[in-house]
Amino acid sequence: MPKVPVQFALNGEEKAEFVESGTSLLTLLRDKIGDTSPKGGCHQGTCGACSVIIDGELKLSCLVLAETCGNASVQTTGGLAADGVLHPLQRAFLDHFAAQCGFCTPGMIMAAKALLDRNPDPTREDVVEAISGNICRCTGYEPIIQAVMAAAQGNSQRVA
Amino acid sequence: MAIRRGRGVAAVNYPTGMNLGGDPSQALVHSTPTGNFMVTLSSVDLGQGLKQVMAQICAETIGVPTERVIIDTADTDTGPHCMGTFASRGTHRIGNAIIQAAREARHVMLEVAAEALEVNATDLDTDGEGNIHVKGAPQRSISIFDTALTAHFKLGLSISGRGMFLVPRSYPETETGAMKPSTCYAHACTVADVEVDDETGEVTVTSVKNVFEIGRALNPRMVEQQLVGGSWMGISHALYETTEPYYPSREHGGTDFNEYLTPGPGDLAETETIVLERPATDGPYGAKGPGEMAANPQIPAIANAIFDAVGVRVDTLPITPERILRALKQQRAAH
Repeated sequence: MPKVPVQFALNGEEKAEFVESGTSLLTLLRDKIGDTSPKGGCHQGTCGACSVIIDGELKLSCLVLAETCGNASVQTTGGLAADGVLHPLQRAFLDHFAAQCGFCTPGMIMAAKALLDRNPDPTREDVVEAISGNICRCTGYEPIIQAVMAAAQGNSQRVA
Repeated sequence: MAIRRGRGVAAVNYPTGMNLGGDPSQALVHSTPTGNFMVTLSSVDLGQGLKQVMAQICAETIGVPTERVIIDTADTDTGPHCMGTFASRGTHRIGNAIIQAAREARHVMLEVAAEALEVNATDLDTDGEGNIHVKGAPQRSISIFDTALTAHFKLGLSISGRGMFLVPRSYPETETGAMKPSTCYAHACTVADVEVDDETGEVTVTSVKNVFEIGRALNPRMVEQQLVGGSWMGISHALYETTEPYYPSREHGGTDFNEYLTPGPGDLAETETIVLERPATDGPYGAKGPGEMAANPQIPAIANAIFDAVGVRVDTLPITPERILRALKQQRAAH
């Protein structure tokens, strides 16, 4: 397999890697770069655990070829906390007991972040829609919905 | 052809743990030189919160803050014997083992502190914040950190304890067949409301109301988390999830999330969950095991609600649209 160079920003940090053609972004992130925050659940785009944000859009990193990410800006849950301070969504997930086994959590948080980035004041229906591509085994979704709503309310309070 | 509404009720009497050949769990507790306490187990935390609740049980028994307890779930090669995390047994069996181990460790800890303070151990108490003091004279105290140092460096002692909890094997009486498979039962009741489309066979659960009697909620938020998530899972088992059609053969079985159905966040029923606490006499601080029971009563309640709605008894899970339509067809043929 020929190797392809790819340069992109991961959570604001420049990365330059050689990847085998056909490698998924998920594999590059986890196995080569060592950002294990996106999880490999189904590797076929049906569970949402690998969700990342690429140039502002929510993407399933298991279905994105790494070589197509040249010059892209990739955000993962691993880069959300700044200087040891949790992102408001991470804080809200903790406060609302929105994780049990935790496997879906990074994908849920990225799906929620993509929502709040474009719509800081979502309705419950907006939240449900935003996380509907993400499967959770443990929580029954309700605590996750509550956490995202609470993080959104925090947003609007900061704006006010 | 219409949308038909129905309501179903089901109650569950749920044993904590299993008892096929006796059901033991063991725990070891020891203090580190910092005065933290280490609990060694072979039990596993798979997201239900075992580590947190075991730390609380150990801390409460020794008389230290929960943050001072480290739970090492280790593995079965190196840890004390545990049957494992299943059948809702973790809190009850392992918690009881930890209480016994922690009591022994507390006894040694107070003996060491008594030596340091030159008093009798029976005159000492813990403040729950990391100190040991003379009862009625809180100014005469020693930190647990210093107590650990005294034990380790002056007295050459290990502040430690061994714990064991065994539900002995129960044999059926030959005359009656009666036996005691469990010592501790949790209880639950669910009322489910459904809408059944008698043309498509599709079922929508509009509401589930659950009451769970769980002994004592050692960590109320985590109990709520387990019960809310479990309630949704019960609905999922009633209507969607299956390893059919040829379980355990994987032939024709669902192999991915396109074929193996689980409801998503858009399919949630309105859910109400109430917790009743009736401490169990043999439970650690009264706790029972409600873990799996969380997902049990919804299934018969929904089956009953479907019967109430369209008059058919579907006795194979999951209750798919196909099964409902076949049952309705049979019902019509019989009339």
